[in-house]
Amino acid sequence: MTDCTQPAALISARDIDVNIGLKKILDGASLEINAGEIVTLIGPNGAGKTTLVEVVLGLHKPARGTVTSKPGLRIGYVPQQFSINPLIPLSVYRLMTLTVKARRSQVQQELAATGAAHLIDQPVSALSGGEQQRVLLARALLRQPDLLILDEPVQGVDFSGQVALYQLISDIRQQRGCAILMISHDLHIVMAQSDRVICLNAHVCCQGHPLEVGNNPEYIKMFGNRAAQTLGFYAHHHDHHHD
Amino acid sequence: MPITMTTIMIEGFSISALVAGIGIAAAAGPLGCFVVWRRMAYFGDTMAHSGLLGVAISLFLNVNLILGLFVACMAVAILLVILQRTKGLATDTLLGTLSHLALSLGLIAISFMPSVNADFMDILFGDIMTISMMDIVVIYSVVALSLLCLALIWSRLLALTVHTPLAAAEGIACRTLHIVFILLMAGLIATAMKIFGILLVASLLIIPAASARPFARSPELMALFAALIGIVSVTVGLLASLQLGTPPGPSIVVTAAAFFGVSMFFSAVHMPRSV
Repeated sequence: MTDCTQPAALISARDIDVNIGLKKILDGASLEINAGEIVTLIGPNGAGKTTLVEVVLGLHKPARGTVTSKPGLRIGYVPQQFSINPLIPLSVYRLMTLTVKARRSQVQQELAATGAAHLIDQPVSALSGGEQQRVLLARALLRQPDLLILDEPVQGVDFSGQVALYQLISDIRQQRGCAILMISHDLHIVMAQSDRVICLNAHVCCQGHPLEVGNNPEYIKMFGNRAAQTLGFYAHHHDHHHD
Repeated sequence: MPITMTTIMIEGFSISALVAGIGIAAAAGPLGCFVVWRRMAYFGDTMAHSGLLGVAISLFLNVNLILGLFVACMAVAILLVILQRTKGLATDTLLGTLSHLALSLGLIAISFMPSVNADFMDILFGDIMTISMMDIVVIYSVVALSLLCLALIWSRLLALTVHTPLAAAEGIACRTLHIVFILLMAGLIATAMKIFGILLVASLLIIPAASARPFARSPELMALFAALIGIVSVTVGLLASLQLGTPPGPSIVVTAAAFFGVSMFFSAVHMPRSV
């Protein structure tokens, strides 16, 4: 993927306003993703994280603002809260190929990349939380994306599973060089692996390297001192590489 | 005066009823799967309640009953799609409002027509024994068109059904598909209403599809099984009604429900761990 080495932004959203009813969900929010970087979007509940991602994906028309993307940009998307109605008899293979044509060997290969190759003929409704996230990640990878957008990728996954998933996401970036935009309200593990953290609360409060953000007064104001310490601790921990 | 099969001979009407019922069941199976998958069972009831308004329209304008039902169901379906665009109200709330509004308007309209009162049971429970040749032509046209449309949009509609935001992000025109699906359902329900009646028409969408689930390993197989279960239910139900003198529409529904019972049993025995 030669595209990913270019420094130009893959996608940028500028001065986005979104109103739902009388409530301003987004108020002048801006976001830019460069090739190959991992960006984590954090913020309290109702901060408009998912809405901003939906604007970037073209699912939501903003009241104001523009979204521009690199021509031919391929996006792989893993939505939040993927619960399939168990009355739909759908195998993992069918789920993977709902909107793209792919040979079984290709599907198998992408599933193998996320450690889910054995699930190819399983019914989707029988997957555990962690298995489901791996399948959805493989599904997004099947599109050969330049940008992966993951909305709360570890939701409904137990702690050890979360660590493994974050490692997998980091590996994907290493191996494929694609950019990753991730939403999380997880303030620690994920941040250590991000190149950039964006704090959103209707607008972008602050952004930067995880360590800088942890010390930013806006961040401390939003999440409180304890959260800031937690973040500092984990970042510190990560620096030392005890293991 | 249109020659109905009933005026010809006793075997005649059961055959035309059977032919009409099988056509409806064949289309209701696959469409009903989407109703079940998308949790839209209440939509069928809303369309059915709109049917009373349709009856009033067709009597008022003196047109074919199915045509009147068609107009009423389409109108309410389009109104629903427009209202759904206004964010803030849940679909079941909108359906609940529209459903009872349509029912009330229908009842008011009917109350102005004293001659209809005698046929009221027919409207509620279906009038399968007065199916005319014209009705059969209309029914099979609608069924063929519905199945053709559904086949054309099948994979996109499935993607939308599995996860709408994901499908939209991957380039599926979800809003257009939703409208097409709503209109397909309204059309089929309006057509089926004369046979199954306002009270029971939605059941033919839901019961065969729900019964088919434990036997199916793919969406397509489930649609096929639902159609087959519907067809067998219509056949067995009609034969039973002829033998026992029970009303045909309800007999068909009870037969379908028996399949549902068998299916539940099968599901409990063979798939103890499935959710």
